[in-house]
Amino acid sequence: MSFVAHLINGISLGSVYALIALGYTMVYGIAKMLNFAHGDVIMIGGYVVFVTASGLGINPLAAIIVSMAACTVLGVTIERVAYRPLRGASPLAVLITAIGVSYLLQNVALLVFGSDTKAFSNVVTLPNLELFGGQLIIKSVTIVTVIVSIIIMVGLTFFVRKTKIGRAMTAVSEDQGAAQLMGINVNGTIAVTFAIGSSLAAVAGVLLCSAYPSLTPYTGSMPGIKAFVAAVFGGIGSIPGAFIGGILLGVIENLSKAYISSQLADAIVFSILIIVLLVKPTGLLGRKVLEKV
Amino acid sequence: MDMEIKGNKAKLSKTTMNDLVTYEMVILTYIVVQILVSTGHVSSLIQGLLVPFCTYVIVAVALNLTVGILGELSLGHAGFMCVGAFASAVFSLAFKDALPGGLRFFLALLIGAAAAALVGFLVGIPVLRLRGDYLAIVTLAFGEIIKNIINVLYLGVDSKGVHFSMKDALSLHLEEDGVMLIKGAQGVTGTPNDSNFTVGVILILVTLFIVLNFIHSRTGRAVMSIRDNRIAAESVGINVTKYKLIAFTVSASLAGVAGVLYAHNLSTLNALPKNFGYNMSIMILVFVVLGGIGNIRGSIIAAVLLTLLPEVLRGLSDYRMLIYSIVLIVMMIFNWSPNAIFFRKRLKQKFLPGRKAAKEEA
Amino acid sequence: MALLETKNLGISFGGLRAVNAFDISVEKGQLYGLIGPNGAGKTTIFNLLTGVYTPDEGAILLDGVNLTGKKTIDICKAGIARTFQNIRLFGDMPVLDNVKVGLHNHYPYSTFEGILRLPRYHKVEKEMNARAMELLEVFGLEEYADYQAENLPYGQQRKLEIARAMATNPKLLLLDEPAAGMNPNETRELMETIRFVRDRFEMTILLIEHDMKLVAGICEKLTVLNFGEVLAQGETQEVLNNPDVITAYLGS
Repeated sequence: MSFVAHLINGISLGSVYALIALGYTMVYGIAKMLNFAHGDVIMIGGYVVFVTASGLGINPLAAIIVSMAACTVLGVTIERVAYRPLRGASPLAVLITAIGVSYLLQNVALLVFGSDTKAFSNVVTLPNLELFGGQLIIKSVTIVTVIVSIIIMVGLTFFVRKTKIGRAMTAVSEDQGAAQLMGINVNGTIAVTFAIGSSLAAVAGVLLCSAYPSLTPYTGSMPGIKAFVAAVFGGIGSIPGAFIGGILLGVIENLSKAYISSQLADAIVFSILIIVLLVKPTGLLGRKVLEKV
Repeated sequence: MDMEIKGNKAKLSKTTMNDLVTYEMVILTYIVVQILVSTGHVSSLIQGLLVPFCTYVIVAVALNLTVGILGELSLGHAGFMCVGAFASAVFSLAFKDALPGGLRFFLALLIGAAAAALVGFLVGIPVLRLRGDYLAIVTLAFGEIIKNIINVLYLGVDSKGVHFSMKDALSLHLEEDGVMLIKGAQGVTGTPNDSNFTVGVILILVTLFIVLNFIHSRTGRAVMSIRDNRIAAESVGINVTKYKLIAFTVSASLAGVAGVLYAHNLSTLNALPKNFGYNMSIMILVFVVLGGIGNIRGSIIAAVLLTLLPEVLRGLSDYRMLIYSIVLIVMMIFNWSPNAIFFRKRLKQKFLPGRKAAKEEA
Repeated sequence: MALLETKNLGISFGGLRAVNAFDISVEKGQLYGLIGPNGAGKTTIFNLLTGVYTPDEGAILLDGVNLTGKKTIDICKAGIARTFQNIRLFGDMPVLDNVKVGLHNHYPYSTFEGILRLPRYHKVEKEMNARAMELLEVFGLEEYADYQAENLPYGQQRKLEIARAMATNPKLLLLDEPAAGMNPNETRELMETIRFVRDRFEMTILLIEHDMKLVAGICEKLTVLNFGEVLAQGETQEVLNNPDVITAYLGS
């Protein structure tokens, strides 16, 4: 029974990784950049909910919507101010700028909210699910997290395949120049991508902080890296890949913590990533790109 | 015939001159700092930072070999530093009383460099098959694995030999006379303090000598040809895997040297996210990119200035890291944005027309 | 015996038969042209000859040595050098160093000797510089030796690519559309350079080209490729007057 419990906790953590990874993978697929600051947008999303729900006493659901709106504005602003001027520059330059933005967000949070850990109150107030006569308790936040991430993944897949903006995103990800020539507003499309990725980050932030209720300016940093690993694991640029990668990562991490060593859990997660990439260099669902000679 | 030989000489001496300027810059800085220290113009805070400066300079130059010359993005160099630091610290601790200080540190250097080179080589074999961002994330992963493993490693030595465990200190079953060398997350304590600013500067010069000569050798050209066009390099008979591995291994071993310097400057050595985690690797990458990719002198200057910046801003206490991050973003946009580059060109044309013409003529 | 011989060479990509039953025989010292419409499989043949692709079937023989399935660098060492349709120089490196990379395998010293600048480093580097300058002179590029390769004018870049290929001391030189993107003047100059290379180094050259004037002007023999198959093969004039070839090029 404890194995099932660990597995379920893993899926729950994995769902959060998946949500963050979706943001990573979309931005990477379309803007071809590693948005290192993505993890810190999650942290900001967490603080916004903390302030509005715990501080101002607003209804948690409304707080989440406020947080999503705030993160969307934040994401689009970051893109406009820091990343757009560097469109066409070396990917390395964009990466370093993203690192700068990550430091900036952390330090702004540090100044505004202080370095002390905030006790985040769970926004999911539904009763827990008890199975097998109370032998297996599944927390309601776990169930909500899993369901929300599945809905978002399916919704995003649909959005990218079926809507006009979604198809524009696909076009921009294939070839920015050609997309522009076909009359697609490349800057606008990339801004929309950032908006979606950042609003997902807000949701991820709320769920992450509900499951692990401690919030500091560095809360987003490690989950951000892990989610990026998940995105690469699943094949960066692929929406279902990010989802599968996130879930697998969460499960592997939780099971390693439970059965092998909590200190070595990260090492095990990273080792599996390396093995997957060596066997399949573009990740589980990634596409192979051939260089034309 | 005469003409062309002259031309060659002129060219050779141009790159040699450039290298000499780099060496001179380091030596002059050393002399100035020594004078300032002896006349009491350097605060003890900055004096304490002199060895870390050298550490960062060495590891930045080492990383530039991977990023600028080999053209691959590594986010795991803190891991190689970590290996060099721990391998050498363990050696120095074990032979603390058995060997004289100078010889011991020299051997520790060789051991640290060799250990990091070995790990770099082993990591490089699988990793260098990957490209671009995949390579970056896998090097990051390796760096984290190294740090993680060292944090659960227990190592001790007694009359029966060397014992090691990945569980706890007790499972080493040390004899009464045994000595703990690595104590898991508590790391290594009691490493002899063999580093100082002079040693650091000497190591910077040695690193520069190795890297600059490497770049201007046959091997360096092969490595750069792979960076510029892998397919063309293969077509003229360059063994891509071999040269990538050579460059990566040299780069890792120099990061190991930085680790040795770092370890022998502290009495307690821990593998923390702060000093050997991916954040450190990223910070080193920031030095390399801001200093100019492939520009060795730039890496040195950027490493020193960016380490100094938070200290200079210390008076602003809470705002210093905020300012640091804003400076970083603004500098990146100013240096790299296509519009900014165009704007700077226009400004130059407007205000320095003579110089530009002269440059074009040359 | 022919210098280059292929027998029944073939490769498919997915369901597409890119090259089928390709036979060619190039004699030593010949200037041989490979022509055909776009997508006929010409560059694919170069990629097969240089080990970028491994053929599904057939054999490649250079001077009687079987090179089928060998890796690119071994094929280079065996004596086949090439240029690329879309120029592939070492753009951030000086022109001289581009040629020196081509000389790499003929002027050895170890990494260790290079870092410590032992006597052999100085000796070999000196020889390399002299040889590289000689090659640059052959192509009239000596005055650009210090330029960054990517800053060269287009025509000079094409020449530098040939110089770099020649630096590997090949038996056979493959030129992939050397005149692409050149104006008539540059093309004429290039024709002379190619002929000069053949005469001066007694080189065997196989070239892909679209410019019929260039092909008719310098090639002694031609193979015409269409949809991956050999359409005609033989003396240049004969082939160019072949009605099938005219149809393939101009339509019926």
